[in-house]
Amino acid sequence: MVNPVLAKEAAPLAQDEAVEKRMVTISVELRCLVCQNESLAASRADLAQDLRREIREQIGQGKSDKEILDFMVGRYGDFVRYRPPLKGTTMLLWFGPFLLLVAGVIGLVLYLRRRGKHIVEARLSAEEQKKAEALLKLGESENRP
Amino acid sequence: MMRYMLPLGIFIVLVAFLAVGLNLNPREVPSPLVGKPAPAFELPQLHAPEAKFAPKDMQGKVWLLNVWASWCVSCRQEHPILVELAKSGIVPIYGLNYKDPRDDALKWLKQFGDPYVLSIADVEGRVGIDYGVYGVPETYVIDKAGVIRYKQIGPVTQDVLEKTILPLVAELNK
Repeated sequence: MVNPVLAKEAAPLAQDEAVEKRMVTISVELRCLVCQNESLAASRADLAQDLRREIREQIGQGKSDKEILDFMVGRYGDFVRYRPPLKGTTMLLWFGPFLLLVAGVIGLVLYLRRRGKHIVEARLSAEEQKKAEALLKLGESENRP
Repeated sequence: MMRYMLPLGIFIVLVAFLAVGLNLNPREVPSPLVGKPAPAFELPQLHAPEAKFAPKDMQGKVWLLNVWASWCVSCRQEHPILVELAKSGIVPIYGLNYKDPRDDALKWLKQFGDPYVLSIADVEGRVGIDYGVYGVPETYVIDKAGVIRYKQIGPVTQDVLEKTILPLVAELNK
């Protein structure tokens, strides 16, 4: 049985396709704070629907994309953006991976150099040479059709 | 010996990072509103819809704004603590009833007790957006000048109340 009170109605589609398109391009940049690994564009959370409504309205009021993003950041912080701005507190976030990469490359080069010194070319003694040749010959004759 | 020390060192650093990182609550996003004036609004009161409430009515007082809803499960968890706090009379608690049908909200208060001086009805959740609400319950401590001094995301626990909120309220009341 369907409870009419609990059944949620589908969110109304915006009449204006251009507004809808802009709303989507803005909202894929924003994190839904209720389900943090979903974008505002993808989330079905109530808050996400409210915020999409808010974005539509602000587009209707003629606000720029930057103004709308600032509106969101002013309320929910930098975390709401999937591409946080470059500033003091986000330096490590932006450049940390490259630091790790450089450290890894340095480590790898050092390791390969050190290992290079340890490798001694192995030489077979005369007896082992004979044995190996005999084995090779044996293999050849066996493989012949 | 040295060849074991380096991997062990890296491992210990990694464990330390994970120990700190995994113990943080990813839902607690620092609010940019702390230290800023509480956003202005004017909304009807829950019990008397013809009367309005605005944060500027509270100028000169330290108060709590608690965002709640009847559909919010963890609100029940913190509710007894708020009821106790209201009885103590230390600090007035105002409720922001967030995206809630009026009947449900009134029934909920009747059932669990009403710690609020008054509740304000934010049926469409617009004031919630201005306050950066994303996980009810949330509680704001607002000072005499109308500046948000603290935001609790999620239920107020006895621990948070005693260690953070009450000392802050006492300090702001000085």
